[in-house]
Amino acid sequence: MSIISSKNFKLLANPLNLENPVTVQILGICSALAVTTKLKPAIVMGLSVIVVTAFSNLVISAMRNSIPPRIRIIVQLVVVASMVILVDQLLRAFVYDVSKQLSVYVGLIITNCIIMGRLEAFAMNNKPWPSFFDGIGNGIGYAVILIVVGLIREIFGAGAILGYQVVPQSFYDAGYINNGMMIMPTMALVLVGVIIWIQRSFNKELIEKE
Amino acid sequence: MKNFSNTYIFTFSIIMVVIVALLLSLAAMQLKPFQDKNIEIEKKQNILASIRIKSTVKDAVDLYAKYITDSYVLNNKGEKQEGIDAFTVELKNELSKPAAKRMLPVYVGTLDDQTNAYVVPLRGKGLWGPIWGYISLQPDMNTVYGTVFDHQGETPGLGAEISTEWFQKPFIGKTLFKDSTQFVSIKVLKGGAKKEDPHAVDAISGGTITSKSLEAMLDSCLIQYKPYFIQTRHN
Repeated sequence: MSIISSKNFKLLANPLNLENPVTVQILGICSALAVTTKLKPAIVMGLSVIVVTAFSNLVISAMRNSIPPRIRIIVQLVVVASMVILVDQLLRAFVYDVSKQLSVYVGLIITNCIIMGRLEAFAMNNKPWPSFFDGIGNGIGYAVILIVVGLIREIFGAGAILGYQVVPQSFYDAGYINNGMMIMPTMALVLVGVIIWIQRSFNKELIEKE
Repeated sequence: MKNFSNTYIFTFSIIMVVIVALLLSLAAMQLKPFQDKNIEIEKKQNILASIRIKSTVKDAVDLYAKYITDSYVLNNKGEKQEGIDAFTVELKNELSKPAAKRMLPVYVGTLDDQTNAYVVPLRGKGLWGPIWGYISLQPDMNTVYGTVFDHQGETPGLGAEISTEWFQKPFIGKTLFKDSTQFVSIKVLKGGAKKEDPHAVDAISGGTITSKSLEAMLDSCLIQYKPYFIQTRHN
């Protein structure tokens, strides 16, 4: 038996496109707007969410038969919150500059709807191993959108990728200026909208019937 | 769906909370030395930056030992206080005390040409959260040698620009006193400051509130050092 069965592979791959948490389920939009002004925080935020979704799915799924349904949301919150605090502490200890940039948004992973959504929809009814993959898959689905939006915003908003100037000085001398709109959260929403549009034009089954 | 008794629910929650608390406090204790080290390095880098010495995370501690040759704590009359390590004084805590009880740190940097620069920490409120920084003065205790500002969460591209070089550079060479005794601080002017104005720099367009907060921070923090500046200059 291989480690990743075809069923588990589907759990990993589906959230990338047809079940993407951001563009199809419209979850986690709030943080997608906030941390995507530059590429680096977007990448770190993506990684942190992958870790938190994967491990909270794993833990909740392992506990699922002993969690009293009446307090299940509280239990989920406690697990997610402690994961997030752990991630925050680790970032602060080992990648201090990034943790400074993300500041409050790491804490806000707790309120990221993707995590609670996956816990309720998947981890509470499935075995730990598939839940773990479901968590990773959804985390990656979220991270991919963040990275695309972050890349576009940094190129047009600051003329750089990961802090390295890519728009040559001669452009600026010729009168090109960085688009200040790109730095505003509004443009992140517009970009997510454009991504949804492109995705739907390739996947007709995502379009709602009249 | 299974039915759980109230006793079970209570026991479950209590055990869960205790386990989580243990895990988190263990992690916090294990990681604390690393985090403190990071904060210390950042502070050293900031102080070095204010005397225009560029440092990296790796060489900050060595450079700090090389360039910062003295540090001491003052009271609000400008008298030196013995027995307190200036580096451990947190301005955040000091500003919440009454003015007479505050400990005001000064760091003395000795530059490559053997002249001194006097570094004073700053802290204030920005638009969304705290802003802080360091300003260094030439031995006349009047002319700005260098500045560094940072912030917690000012608007990227607008208020957050206070931490960039183009905003900080114009402070160099500005003066704090008019006619040698009148403290005027440095104004951050919307619409641009005149180049020859010795007490003003350009504000950030779109970052008006942060610019004004920074001006207030300079004024309120530096005026506490006024007695010290005047005494030391006359010595």
